[in-house]
Amino acid sequence: MTAVVAEHDDHHDHHDHGPEKGVLRWLFTTNHKDIGTMYLVFSLIMFFVGGTMALIIRAELFEPGLQFVDPQFFNSMTTMHALVMVFGAVMPAFVGLANWMIPMMIGAPDMALPRMNNMSFWMLVAGILLMASTLFMEGGAPSAGWTFYPPLVLQTGNAMPFAVFAVHMLGVSSIMGAINVIATIFNMRAPGMTLMKMPLFVWTWLITAFLLIAIMPVFAGAVTMLLTDRFFDTSFFDAAGGGDPVLYQHIFWFFGHPEVYVMILPTFGVASTIIPVFARKPLFGYASMVYATGAIAFLSFIVWSHHMFTVGLPVAGELYFMYATMLIAIPTGVKIFNWTATMWKGAMTFETPMLFSIAFVVLFTLGGFTGLMMSLAPLDFQYHDSYFIVAHFHYTLVPASVFILMAAGYYWLPKWTGHMYNEKIGQLHFWLSAVSVNILFFPQHFLGLAGMPRRIPDYAIQFADWNMVSSIGAFMYGFSQLLFVYIVIDTIRGGTGEKVTDEVWEGASKHGLEWTVPSPAPYHTFSTPPEVIPTEHF
Amino acid sequence: MKKTKQLFACLVLMAMGLGTAHAAYTLNLMKGVTQLSNEIYDLHMLVLWICVFIGVAVFGTMFYSIFHHRKSKGHVAEQFHENTTVEIIWTIIPTVILVALAIPATYAVIDLDQVVEPEMSIKVTGKQWYWDYEYLGNGIHFESHLDEASEKVHRTSGMDPRSVPNYLLNVDNPLVVPTKKKIRFLFTAADVIHSWWVPELGWKKDANPGFVNDAWTYIEKPGTYRGQCTELCGRDHGFMPIVVIAMEQEQYDAWVKATLDKQNQAADLSKQTRASLMAKGESVYLKNCVSCHQIDGKGISGWYPALSGSEKVTGNIDQLIGFIQAGTSKMPSFKKLPANDLAQLITYIRNSADLGNNVNDEFQPCEMLSLDDLDDMFPDIEDAGQLCKEFGEVKPVKVSAESSAGSE
Repeated sequence: MTAVVAEHDDHHDHHDHGPEKGVLRWLFTTNHKDIGTMYLVFSLIMFFVGGTMALIIRAELFEPGLQFVDPQFFNSMTTMHALVMVFGAVMPAFVGLANWMIPMMIGAPDMALPRMNNMSFWMLVAGILLMASTLFMEGGAPSAGWTFYPPLVLQTGNAMPFAVFAVHMLGVSSIMGAINVIATIFNMRAPGMTLMKMPLFVWTWLITAFLLIAIMPVFAGAVTMLLTDRFFDTSFFDAAGGGDPVLYQHIFWFFGHPEVYVMILPTFGVASTIIPVFARKPLFGYASMVYATGAIAFLSFIVWSHHMFTVGLPVAGELYFMYATMLIAIPTGVKIFNWTATMWKGAMTFETPMLFSIAFVVLFTLGGFTGLMMSLAPLDFQYHDSYFIVAHFHYTLVPASVFILMAAGYYWLPKWTGHMYNEKIGQLHFWLSAVSVNILFFPQHFLGLAGMPRRIPDYAIQFADWNMVSSIGAFMYGFSQLLFVYIVIDTIRGGTGEKVTDEVWEGASKHGLEWTVPSPAPYHTFSTPPEVIPTEHF
Repeated sequence: MKKTKQLFACLVLMAMGLGTAHAAYTLNLMKGVTQLSNEIYDLHMLVLWICVFIGVAVFGTMFYSIFHHRKSKGHVAEQFHENTTVEIIWTIIPTVILVALAIPATYAVIDLDQVVEPEMSIKVTGKQWYWDYEYLGNGIHFESHLDEASEKVHRTSGMDPRSVPNYLLNVDNPLVVPTKKKIRFLFTAADVIHSWWVPELGWKKDANPGFVNDAWTYIEKPGTYRGQCTELCGRDHGFMPIVVIAMEQEQYDAWVKATLDKQNQAADLSKQTRASLMAKGESVYLKNCVSCHQIDGKGISGWYPALSGSEKVTGNIDQLIGFIQAGTSKMPSFKKLPANDLAQLITYIRNSADLGNNVNDEFQPCEMLSLDDLDDMFPDIEDAGQLCKEFGEVKPVKVSAESSAGSE
């Protein structure tokens, strides 16, 4: 952190005030770059916290039998791993990127609501700390899964109200962040930056922000009902009082399905930003990318019960949710075809950001295939709640969202720090990650198909071999990520020592405004709007 | 071009590897033993192959491009960025594929729902953490817990799970069903949501507290089919397996008769030795208590109280019996335990070195019952309560012989 301070101090804009000194700069900052940095650093820390929990899970599953942890703690780990990764790592990382990049991409001096921006970051920290504090409470951390299904979640110990309030805080933080993104994009675009000229990353975040505003209150409502069921004798989800536990699942997944797209849409945006630069071609089908994103976002609201095919839906419900879910394959397919077409007949080079992006396209497609398989309701009667689904959503999250976050890190680090990262170690990081992530998650397809349920701390002997392989992959993947931390710190401290240009990547200034400002980007950029808007995709 | 061919061949080989199931470690979905599960399997294979072919086409194109359209080979980037025709084509082709998939999937959904005209019905109740099976119509009703060997091994460190046959997939009382009969299952739960999954039957169904779900099966082949609870249901979610034994009608009828005979036997109130009480008490404990109070009786701090050294356990016996039978807000009532089991259990928890208790006493089944209970249980015997009190036992064998003689 001190290194970052030093860097910014060295390079602050000469005709404008620079950052405050010391810790107050970070506490009270309203600068989008500072806040973006804090989001990114925080999410990287959380990535390792959540990752450690994942390694505890994989260590326990290395062999049949219970070796390390108590089943209750195991359940807490699966629950907390998911909550930390979703709300602490992936979502904040994308908010960090949004903070850093959206103003620079649309030629704005800062986010529209800078004080709220600061508040939403610190609210996030408070929310996650409150959530983490439950680990030390009587009865342990929440252990009913990140989905908090009642009635099981009502058996949580003292942690329950704290977890609910943590969710409220995270929700408020997300909503404020989303409002800020929307206000910025609608009000602060430079003259000439029409909506259909915005970089895809900005577009996907705009749509994501609307999703967030629509869904976070729903989630807050759902967990509040849990709270009143537990403490105030309501019975929203208790059949004995006229409620229905399945009602909770409907409400939760009305939030939960768009929520997973909150994590994937900005991923699409970053991929659409990086691939054209390294293919030295304009993005193929810009307009269809925008429409496909909109279509995916719309569909995300009307498919929620595909998470619940086995709860006992009527046939008409099963069929409707099956057909609606299958439709998602079409816009998603369009995106994958567009990325392939963008690469086609380009002049590709394979720096680390491009490698991660290509791996994303391939491995996300695998996750998409299993998604298509599970969209077929009768098949979901086999796949549901088995390791097959675990493999599916990890393929759409780890080698997709997380890989793209890594790609984004490598892609923009030179712009953020003014230094070049070490390409050799970057590529080593990529290859270790790409190989180990498949060792980690691919065998989980086999386990699920062979009948291993998810969320179990111990398993039958026939599942032993693939679990061991998966655990080995997990430790390889986990420890490989330390390379990324090394590279980030090394780059902040000067990296290769190579002087980076404003453009950094060959021809990048044709693709985005951020490559027209100096590297590192001055503390304040675009105090006056840019004169030329890159219109390369037209 | 050569490289692309190699890559293609490699992908096809990998796909074929996916398609073939191996006995040693399974890679693919199992076929199952019902027509429904085969329908699901076929659909699974269809969509898997479609995905493989799409994957080969898309990744093939992409890798061709990666190998050839690179700057290091001197390729110059073209600048096209739109082509309405191809965009329409690659929207329409997936749509056609989806329609082709939707048709068989729709049939399968409808087939899954055909819970009509069953020949028999079984009510399945999920409980933390075992299954409760009730055969509607013939009165068979029993609990199905994880088997004792698995229970001991997973709760004791340093024991080898590989030494237990069907580790974690075995139960004390399997669900026995006839082959070639349409069976309707009714699912519900007593506490939290559970889910009943036997992969060979082709489906799982959630058991929701307060509601009833249904599903059906028609098993063609006799055999033993194993599964597990698949909805996270708390601490021992991983330890409530399902075993279904399908047998020919004749054998099934014999099983029904034997089970009913056993179930309807008069209570066994014979005197038992200390050793027998302790050994059987451990079994009762493993089935009913161990999930919460743990194998060492230490409970789980913050969740479940310890039995070791607990006043409630080692103190007044009548209060202990009352406590066990009544339950608390957290502990279910164990009124279901017959006097026999209760006597064994109480002797065990008060005296087991494993649990760290040593009151040095023993209890016989007769002592678990009040005089009124006994007279209710043995209406044919005069003074059953008195007999029990004096001799410490009532012999059920004698009872049934006398009662049948009396009725003639």
